[in-house]
Amino acid sequence: MTTATTSTCPECEEIVPTAPDARVTSIVVCPACQVELEIIGLDPAEFALAPEIEEDFGE
Amino acid sequence: MTTSVSQDGLLAVLTTRVRLEERLIFAALERRGVPYAAVDDRTLISDLQAPPPVRYRGVLNRIMSHTRSVYATRLFESTGHRVFNPSGVIEVCGDKILTSLALVAAGLPTPRTVVAVTPDAALGAIEEIGYPAVVKPAVGSWGRLMSKVNDRDAAETLVEHKQALRSPSHSVFYVQELIDKPGRDIRAIVLGDQVVAAVYRRSEHWITNTARGATTEPCEITPELAKLALRAAEAVGGGMLAVDLIERSDGEVLVTEVNHTMEFHGLAAATGLDIADLLVSHVLEAMEP
Repeated sequence: MTTATTSTCPECEEIVPTAPDARVTSIVVCPACQVELEIIGLDPAEFALAPEIEEDFGE
Repeated sequence: MTTSVSQDGLLAVLTTRVRLEERLIFAALERRGVPYAAVDDRTLISDLQAPPPVRYRGVLNRIMSHTRSVYATRLFESTGHRVFNPSGVIEVCGDKILTSLALVAAGLPTPRTVVAVTPDAALGAIEEIGYPAVVKPAVGSWGRLMSKVNDRDAAETLVEHKQALRSPSHSVFYVQELIDKPGRDIRAIVLGDQVVAAVYRRSEHWITNTARGATTEPCEITPELAKLALRAAEAVGGGMLAVDLIERSDGEVLVTEVNHTMEFHGLAAATGLDIADLLVSHVLEAMEP
């Protein structure tokens, strides 16, 4: 069980909210700098820059 | 495959990034009370000579990298796991040349395609198609690095630039005729022997891909569309697939590609269908003894 929480963007230090159903590995977008962040911890939320899209990524 | 906690008997969901699609799949599993483990592909380690430390009930593959997906699937299959989709399907669908070969072998309508395996032969392949031609990377998605080549000058420049990338994959040229489509293409979702949904993807740009800003709207699943989509899915080995189709100006419908790890949030929003739940249902039914 997690609770909604906030932490800061590692790129621009803006506060980034996370939804109550967020989970580790979820991707969120920083509301300030728009960088994609991966949630690496919860309670409190911790973010890292999301893995870059690689050449062979797709569907 | 190693994990820190015993996860025997769970359905493994392999992920690279947990996008909206993966969150919807997790939610569908939770609503159905299906025990699962989200397995990050960055944690996978496989000792080929040792028995697997985890025996999953099945494996739902949502890995985004084609290379990683093929190897992870083969590694799980080598330990007796059933993976959705299987490696043979991923190998074919993840490579446009292999997909085209499968579509042509099945006698399906598909854009005229010429392949050159060296930059030296690339100009010849492009001129064999004629201008305008479309050059696509054999592996890749979301409309990235697709080029519309309007004349020989552009062709020479493109070949030179791709050579400069000094990558074996960019030294292979997959060239197709440009289809004069009506500003849209069609995506049909196939689960097993059923077409469960279809949408038009509309764009002013010649690339009609939702990753490039195309909008989606529902498309009627006519018997002809269903038959074509099912034949295309069967041609690549079948399973859970997104078949992309394109209409010529005279109405002929062509199969362009088949995607094995479909993105569906735009399609789900346009059709109102719970595609994640349909995917989960398909996997659960397929795993029944």
